[in-house]
Parts: sequence; C-alpha cells; structure tokens
Amino acid sequence: MSAANSTYKPGNGLTRWLDSRLPILRLAHDTMTSFPTPRNLNVWYTFGGILTFCLGVQIVTGIVLAMHYLPSAALTNGGTSSVAFDSVENIMRDVNYGWLLRYVHANGASMFFLAVYIHMFRGLYYGSSKAPREILWILGVIIYVVMVATAFLGYVLPWGQMSFWAATVITNLFTSLDQIIPHVGQGNAPGVGTVIAQWLWGDFAVGDATLNRFFSLHYLLPFVIAGLVGLHIWALHIPGNNNPLGIDVKGPQDTVPFHPYYTVKDAFYLCLFVILFSILVFFHPDFVGNPDNYTPANPLVTPAHIVPEWYLLPFYAMLRSIPQKLVGVLVLFGALLTLVFVPWLDTSRVRSMRFRPMMKQFFWLFVADCILLGYLGSKEPQAVWHLGGFDVPLLWPARIGTGYYFFFFWIVLPFLPLFETPLEQPKSIAEAVLGTAKPQAAE
Amino acid sequence: MATTTTDEPTRRDFIYIASGSVAAIGAAFAAWPLIDQMNPSSSVLALSSVDVDISAIQEGQQAVFMWRSKPVFVRRRTKKEIAESVDTPLSDLPDKLARNLNLPEDAPATDKNRVEKPEWLVIIGICTHLGCIPLDKLGDWGGYLCPCHGSQYDTAGRIRRGPAPENMAVPPYAFTGPTKIKIG
Repeated sequence: MSAANSTYKPGNGLTRWLDSRLPILRLAHDTMTSFPTPRNLNVWYTFGGILTFCLGVQIVTGIVLAMHYLPSAALTNGGTSSVAFDSVENIMRDVNYGWLLRYVHANGASMFFLAVYIHMFRGLYYGSSKAPREILWILGVIIYVVMVATAFLGYVLPWGQMSFWAATVITNLFTSLDQIIPHVGQGNAPGVGTVIAQWLWGDFAVGDATLNRFFSLHYLLPFVIAGLVGLHIWALHIPGNNNPLGIDVKGPQDTVPFHPYYTVKDAFYLCLFVILFSILVFFHPDFVGNPDNYTPANPLVTPAHIVPEWYLLPFYAMLRSIPQKLVGVLVLFGALLTLVFVPWLDTSRVRSMRFRPMMKQFFWLFVADCILLGYLGSKEPQAVWHLGGFDVPLLWPARIGTGYYFFFFWIVLPFLPLFETPLEQPKSIAEAVLGTAKPQAAE
Repeated sequence: MATTTTDEPTRRDFIYIASGSVAAIGAAFAAWPLIDQMNPSSSVLALSSVDVDISAIQEGQQAVFMWRSKPVFVRRRTKKEIAESVDTPLSDLPDKLARNLNLPEDAPATDKNRVEKPEWLVIIGICTHLGCIPLDKLGDWGGYLCPCHGSQYDTAGRIRRGPAPENMAVPPYAFTGPTKIKIG
C-alpha cells in the first residue's frame, strides 16, 4: 500500500502528531483494517493468520523454556544421562507449568507444520504462486525451509536417542560431498564434506559443542522467520490476495475490508485450530513424539529404527529410496529446490484448479503421493508388503512415489496445459458471489 | 554522493576506492574468526590417541572403544570369518579401496589391507552412509548391518550392499604389545 491510496484519518490531535512523525497507526490501519480483500476467500485462506499465531506461540513458549533449559551434553547419573536431558525432565516435573510449556512447544511444532502444509497445498491448488505473486511464493518457500531447519535444531535439544541420531544423520548428509572432492589436502586427508561436517559439529562427531551451537541457532532462527514473514506480508499486500476463483479483483465491488470481515473469519477458524491443538497437548501430548527420545542419547548405540518427525517423513522416504548416497542427498534437496520454480513451471494461464478438470486430478494424486511417501518414510528400510502372494519391498513404492513427486512438478505442471481445455471462468468475483456484478457508484 | 562529470580520476574517486577496499578486506578478516570458531577446538584436537587393552576379547566377540568421539570396533574374528573375507574376490566389492589410514590411499580393499593381524579387525564403527552405528553379526555377509538405511558390510567391514558409498574406515593404529593397541 502506498501512502497515496491510504484511507487512514487520524481522529485527534495526538494521533495527528504521531502520524506526521511515525505513521505506524496508518500502517496498521492500511494493512490490517481497511485492506481491500477479495470477498470470496474460503476457509483455506485463514491459515496465514493461523501460522502467524503458531509462530507467536513458539517464540513465547520458547523464550520461557530457555530460562530453564541447559544445553550441555556433560554426563550425569553415572554416565547414563546428560545435563541437557535432565534439564528437560526438570522442566517436565519441577518447573511450574513446565509440562504445559514444553508440550505446547513440542506439539506446537507439529501444528505449525500441519498449518504450513495446508497453506502450501492451498497456494498450489488456487495458483497463488503465479504472476504477480512469484516473490510472495518464493519467500514462502524460504520460510518453510528455515522452519524445517529450526524444527530440526529444536528436536536435537532434549538430547534423547532420536535427538542425537537425527543430528548425526542430517549433518552426515554433507559428507556425501566427499564423493565430489574426496581429499582436502594430501593423501588420506578427509574430504570436503567431512570438513564441513566437522565444522558443524565442532568435534569429530556430534557432541557437546554441537548441542551448544544448535541451541544458539534454534533461538536465532525464529526471529529470522519473523522477519521473513514481514517480507511475505509486504509482498502479499502489493498485488493483494489471490482467491479461490483465481481471477483478478476488478474493482471495489469485488472486495470487502479486511476488518471486520476477515479478522472475524480468521479468529473463528483460529478457535477451531486451537481446539485441535489443545486436544493434542492435553490428551495426547506424546502422540506425534517418538518414545525413543525419552532414552538419553548414547553415541555407541543407534536405535533399531530411527525416523524423523512426521512432517519430514516424505523427504526421508525419498532419501532412502535412492541406493546411491550423493544422488539420494541431491534428490532430497532437489525436492525442496523444485518448489522455488513452481511459479514458472505451471504454464497454464488459468490460476485456480477449479477450472482445470485434468490438473485437479493430478493435484489430488500429488497430495495422496505426499501422504504415501510419509507413510513409507515411517517404515523400516527393509520392510516388505505382502500383496496376494507377492512380496513387494517398500523400496519400490517409495521410488514410484519419489518419481511422481518430480513428474508432477517438472512434467505435469509445464506440459499439461497443452492438452487441457480449462472450464470457463466467471467474469468477476462479484458476479460469481452475488449473481450480479453490481456497478459501484464509487468510481 | 555528489558527482562531478570528469574523465580524470579525482581525489574523491581515490578515497572512495581505497576506503571501500579496506572495508571489504576488513570484513573478510573479521568474518574468519566467526567462521573458524566452529571448528573442533584445541581441547578436542588434543584427545588424539588412546591406548586400549584387548586381551579380554574372546574369539567371535567385539568390543567398542571411543576415539575422537567416535566408536572404534575391535573384533576378534573367527577362522571362518577370516576365510570368508580372504576368499572374497575384489570384483565383488562396491568400494575397491582399502580405506585404511595406515596405508596409501590407493591400496586395494583386500582382507590383508584391512587388518594388521588377520585375527583383529579394527575399524571406525560408523556407517559411511549417514553416520549410524552398524550392528555386528547381522546382514547377509555376517559382518555388519546398519539399522538406519540398511547398508550391509562383510567381516572385514567392507560395504557389500546398500546406500553406503565406502568401506568402514580403518583408523590409524598400531600394536604396542600382543594384546595392546594404540589408536590414533
């Protein structure tokens, strides 16, 4: 919003005085009150607000948890536990409301990812990444990647078995670069990937130094996300919201002010979201967690079956489906990098998949594919399906699922529009919603 | 910046380039300590070698020792395990290099090049895929099976199947007595 079309009018002397020095109330009014918003936004558009709430919850609970948490891998209890692990148990048992704060923070990460996945699928379905919203989409992808990094760093902090081995496996992804430069220096010198991994660890393996720096970065990154969210909202407010019809706003008859229409709508769905959040926290606080993480970290024993948190399982399945280490890691990062190109991969001029009968089917197949990959990622690597007398190693569905992920983005999105005839789109939002494009006298 | 249109470099151009260069080089020098502080510290590097007594390990057993924060497997192999490893042709191995830090880097992955004494296998017990600790006496070759992504190793710690790219590394070590070794 430029100041030129601001509708803010300071009501009294004090706000006039402030407005000529720091127009912060004008900014709030233009972005959160009068902001013209398409009148047809549905429930799936409430997740932006829900995500802002999630970030706030994680920052507030995180700051107070940091007042009690100790990031030290020093051994306690005769070598069977550690200072970090004990401090988390102290939070759970002795700190006033510590159990609540920690369960909200730990389950808050899951709710955050649930909301962000819905938000991303919504953007994909309604073509929200397409011009003029490419930067908005790319900022969203960056926020998602930083969220993944933050969640991973946070998962390491309790210093249980899953924490330790997640840290080991993820940092070892970099050692795949040894296959590109096998020796930095003479003879048996370590490869470039090992050099990077040791730099990340501060040791020759994951240890005390690693835990300390992960805590430092885990505290930093949420504020980086908050800054990126600011840019994301800025980039949203230049073109304004996309909408379920995917057609442009043509005039004031197509919009309503953000407040009270969407503040109320967002608040209502936020309440439903918080109810689901509360059910998780108060009745099933360990539902999304892994029981192995209540075993203190042991650098000598890898648990028989290690898995990441549910929200990273599809990527884990992709990594495991590839038998070659470097290629597996490239596929993993390629799956994330692919998202950046979505605004240009989808070549259809029609934004919303409501009007794309064929694309819609590929989209829902893609959603099912992500869920299938998530399921496969949770299974043991040697697992086998018994289907009517045939033994199918899960490796094969995982490979097909990985293949479809890339097929969807790199083949279906760019080339399907050559074969697809879109349905006719309504002439305007007002016409579709009200049955008539009411001419507005205001212009 | 105030500009004057002239083809000749002025004293302002000079001071602009000079101060800009100092700032850029200074920023690079200032960044290096911020980056290098993350590398293993002197106290970590100081723990470079350990002496271990392996006399209590019976044939067919394995003990684990810590060296540089990493587990080192010391496995007293049975005659059958040694024979199976020795009889493996090099062509059956996905990684044909010995990965033995006591030998030149291009040494082939024969059983002889993986051990000092055939009875004792000493390796860094970390899967070369993504760093998990393999379980011993499992997998199709009776050596090691990594529980994370299913890599399988033989009784000389050489990769045979799965996503791991390399044989498990042999650390620098030497026998200081019949049943004593110094690792590192």
